[in-house]
Amino acid sequence: MSEEHIKNLEEQFEARIARDEKIEPKDWMPEKYRKTHIRQMSQHAHSEIVGMLPEGNWITRAPSLRRKVALLAKVQDEAGHGLYLYSATETLGISRDEMYEQLHTGKAKYSSIFNYPTITWADMGAIGWLVDGAAIINQVPLCNTSYGPYARAMIRVCKEESFHQRQGYEIMIKLANGTPEQKEMAQDALNRWWWPSLMMLGPTDDVSVHTEQSMKWKLKRKSNDDLRQQFIDQTVPQADLIGLTIPDPDLKWNEERGSYDFGEIDWDEFWQVVKGHGPMNKERMKARVGAWERGEWVRDAAMAYAEKNKNRKDKQAV
Amino acid sequence: MKNENLYKYILGIADNSLILGQRLGELTGHGPTLETDIACTNISLDLFGQVRSYYQYAAKIAGDDRTEDDIAMLRKEREYLNVLLVEQPNTDFAYTIGRQFLFDVYHLAFLKELQKSTDLNLAAIANKSVKEVSYHERFSSDWVKRLGDGTEESNSKMQEAINDLWTYTDELFHQTEADKAMVKAGIGVDVTKLKDGYYKQVNELLEEAALKIPESKYFQKGGKEGIHTEHLGYLLSDLQYMQRTYPNMEW
Repeated sequence: MSEEHIKNLEEQFEARIARDEKIEPKDWMPEKYRKTHIRQMSQHAHSEIVGMLPEGNWITRAPSLRRKVALLAKVQDEAGHGLYLYSATETLGISRDEMYEQLHTGKAKYSSIFNYPTITWADMGAIGWLVDGAAIINQVPLCNTSYGPYARAMIRVCKEESFHQRQGYEIMIKLANGTPEQKEMAQDALNRWWWPSLMMLGPTDDVSVHTEQSMKWKLKRKSNDDLRQQFIDQTVPQADLIGLTIPDPDLKWNEERGSYDFGEIDWDEFWQVVKGHGPMNKERMKARVGAWERGEWVRDAAMAYAEKNKNRKDKQAV
Repeated sequence: MKNENLYKYILGIADNSLILGQRLGELTGHGPTLETDIACTNISLDLFGQVRSYYQYAAKIAGDDRTEDDIAMLRKEREYLNVLLVEQPNTDFAYTIGRQFLFDVYHLAFLKELQKSTDLNLAAIANKSVKEVSYHERFSSDWVKRLGDGTEESNSKMQEAINDLWTYTDELFHQTEADKAMVKAGIGVDVTKLKDGYYKQVNELLEEAALKIPESKYFQKGGKEGIHTEHLGYLLSDLQYMQRTYPNMEW
């Protein structure tokens, strides 16, 4: 392919995106587009799978049968999201096994929020309310992203996430209206999850490396700082409503901006966790790698059995 | 309690689903593949759904202020009436599948009979559950075949699991006093009649899966009378943790 021809293709490609057309797996796409999407989509899939662990931690100890069923269903939804995000990423020419390999060797990242421990039942409420809340803010714009399989996966993911978010908030309402012990549990969870949730929306705009290109491809519609502000403005009144206090002494309504001003985020903590030194990074990876290694003989058996069955059927056909 | 036998009978059925569901819940996020992870979580969900229907009915029969959660989470170890099979640990995926298979074959046959119960509540729960459990049985049977007839390693692991779990199968067909009373009343299922069909189906599938049918004639029992293996206490300390630590609260 001549350079001119490629340039021509690229121009047509960018024009299609500008016209809001969807790019489909068989369409021509620039290599960088493919790579960026593999990186972001697989990271998203990994986040779903690693995200099963902190909540899975409370399945056996859920306080009532109703809560246990809801939690099981939620974690199962996350596995489902992982499954179709991996499938959507596979359309870009990478296998699920390769993506797992990247996760297990630390080459691929997942959302840092899952490197925090879930130490009380209230954490199930806080995760649903705050973490899923922040995730939705990140993800809703992706329902219109340019890559078709990703956009379609996100439509389904977002529907389920907003259900999870309501469910999490409902856990918090119940605790906040409960006994003093329960209310304290809820406040403590908010105290621990608030700042990591703000960090979830990514580094500030001045240091965010991928933003500009991602905006063009509609992988991102708003900047990290705008998303964070949106999350704060939406969440503060929800905390007020149930009598919980956001753990930020600098939080204040700014009449002029029509938004909340908020305190300094501890970015050193953010980078420490991103670089693999958060409270649970090692445990989370150990759990994922362990499950994968313990499952190897099972996957081998399934392959061998399928092969034998195929041979049997072939013989029968003859 | 006026309907003590019916109450106990319902618990005997429901506790199996409770304890097996709890065991499967331990695995969520740790399965050998994403697909099996989803399937096992799904089975756990089905079982807990059934548990809720049974306990809600049992709570009504008890006629006092106890709730489904009180029944599920606030009994003493000796008051749980599940069979020993379902409380066995997730030693590895072969044990998980073996336990599931040996229970599912029984469970499905049992529910098909319970559909005919003269107790309309139980018949209705059975009616709903039978569809779910047909899927469980297909899933676990397929996996016994895959593991049994997969590789040499998987065959030996599956065989070991079946050999170890076999000792808990006979108890499925024991009858408690409450069971006998309920059979007599046309409410309960006569499990002794399910035994031959069970072993026939299990044995056929084991053979198809290139597995040997265990020859041991020594069986364990006691779960239905509340005498459990050492594993149950630990399972209950997780299951009951919140209700014990924070009594009398709403969640």
